[in-house]
Amino acid sequence: MLALVSPALLVILALIVLPVGWLAWQSIYHDGFTLENYRRVFTEDIYWRSFALTFEISLAVTLIALLLGYPVAYLANALPKGWSILILSLVVLPFWTSVLVRAYAWLVLLQRSGVINQFLRHLEWISEPLALVHNTFGTVVATVHILLPFMVLPLYATMQKIPNELMQAGASLGASPSLTFVRVFLPLSLPGVLAGCTMVFVLCLGFYITPELLGGGRTVMVSMLVSRNVELYNQFGAASAVAVVLLLSVLAIFFVVSRFISLDRVLGQK
Amino acid sequence: MTRSSPARIVLYAISALVLVYLILPVLIIVPISFSSARFLTFPPPSFSLRWYQQYFANPAWMQATQVTVTVAVLTVLIATPCGVAAAYAISQSRLRIMRVIHMALLLPLVVPIIITAVGIFFVYAKVGLVATMPGLVLANVMLGLPYVVISVLAGLQSFDPAQEMVARSLGMNRLRSFFAVTLPQIKSSVVAGGIFAFISAMDETIVALFISGGQYQPLTKRMFTALRDEIDPTIAAISTLMTAASFMLVLLASARKKDG
Repeated sequence: MLALVSPALLVILALIVLPVGWLAWQSIYHDGFTLENYRRVFTEDIYWRSFALTFEISLAVTLIALLLGYPVAYLANALPKGWSILILSLVVLPFWTSVLVRAYAWLVLLQRSGVINQFLRHLEWISEPLALVHNTFGTVVATVHILLPFMVLPLYATMQKIPNELMQAGASLGASPSLTFVRVFLPLSLPGVLAGCTMVFVLCLGFYITPELLGGGRTVMVSMLVSRNVELYNQFGAASAVAVVLLLSVLAIFFVVSRFISLDRVLGQK
Repeated sequence: MTRSSPARIVLYAISALVLVYLILPVLIIVPISFSSARFLTFPPPSFSLRWYQQYFANPAWMQATQVTVTVAVLTVLIATPCGVAAAYAISQSRLRIMRVIHMALLLPLVVPIIITAVGIFFVYAKVGLVATMPGLVLANVMLGLPYVVISVLAGLQSFDPAQEMVARSLGMNRLRSFFAVTLPQIKSSVVAGGIFAFISAMDETIVALFISGGQYQPLTKRMFTALRDEIDPTIAAISTLMTAASFMLVLLASARKKDG
């Protein structure tokens, strides 16, 4: 049996365990042990500002995705089978388009001479084009778009398991529909909320393509800090230390969340 | 909630808007790719295939396409058997270490891709795999493995291992009984896993940005570089073709699933 897993395991060991180990080593060793890289990450302005910005954006993206995703998942759960399949298909449809294609689409929609600005000017609602992209706004819009399916699917899976009789029981005991929702449905859907939020938040922490293409150079997220340190400045030690801190943040989040819900629930979606 | 309560109407309205937000960017690419305009105007002034011609006539884009297709095909051919073997072993074995191995095989989904990409770049730089075909394929095999493992494990869950026991008690060896009894019944999840690995390799961008170069640059890397400089509608044509390819593959995968 071990022989059967060994090819796959070898690939994983060589191409993810070894590279991540290498990063960890490189972050503390440069002609001798040093914590200089970590000192820089934690004390220098650009580093902790970028970490703070990344956490802020991830938090915003997660909350927006929850606000947009919950009603959709709720509706897909409440409607008859045919409709719910249609809704879920529309949700996963963008899932299978390349992230790059979607970043391009948002550039087309949001830029100064883009579709949305032209439309708003046509309606004469605005006289000057709005700055919708090459800033944090554009990054958030596109990132929410890409991560929304990761919110809707676990929400829907959890809502599916809530027995309808509970809602009927609530109604038969005289509770109004909104009261049964708040007291019965909402609390029971919380594991799905936690699973969806975890996945969206964690994926957003490491996002690279949308901030790079839609952030206009001002929205420097942690992933861009890593790539710039490698590509532009040849600061391999600093890049490695940033990567290690990012990875530890992700693992810490997974660890905390696993205390409340099974991680299969978070990961088993895609 | 009753049928026509205000809350219900708000729920429908919000959901409809969210669905438009999800779908619109994917659809907007198509008319732009068929537009004759150099700059983006909507609706397009007239129909034209010039961006498709530019794509097919450009040797750099063609070379990149060839790299992408080659990498994706090789990735499927390597990741699928490795993933199936691993999923089978995980589902059959009761060794405790298998749980750890199972988790390890899902690591590519957990570790932020930018970290994986930079790590692989450092390792490849030491062993001379940067800007090579084998380097690109190996990285994509690693990224595709979890999809195969997850899909095949789900398939094996609804398969009764007793059937294979029967075949073996009738004198088949383990290998033959797997190919004769087990594999035909999990075929659809194997195909689905392979298709997901293909799409993952076709769309992969970030690792390619760091480790690919020279003549071995996939389509996504060239698109990314082009997007950083200017918005050229040729990208819309390529995007439309890539999206069409993905959708056809997903339809294929879900059709296979229904067959059983």
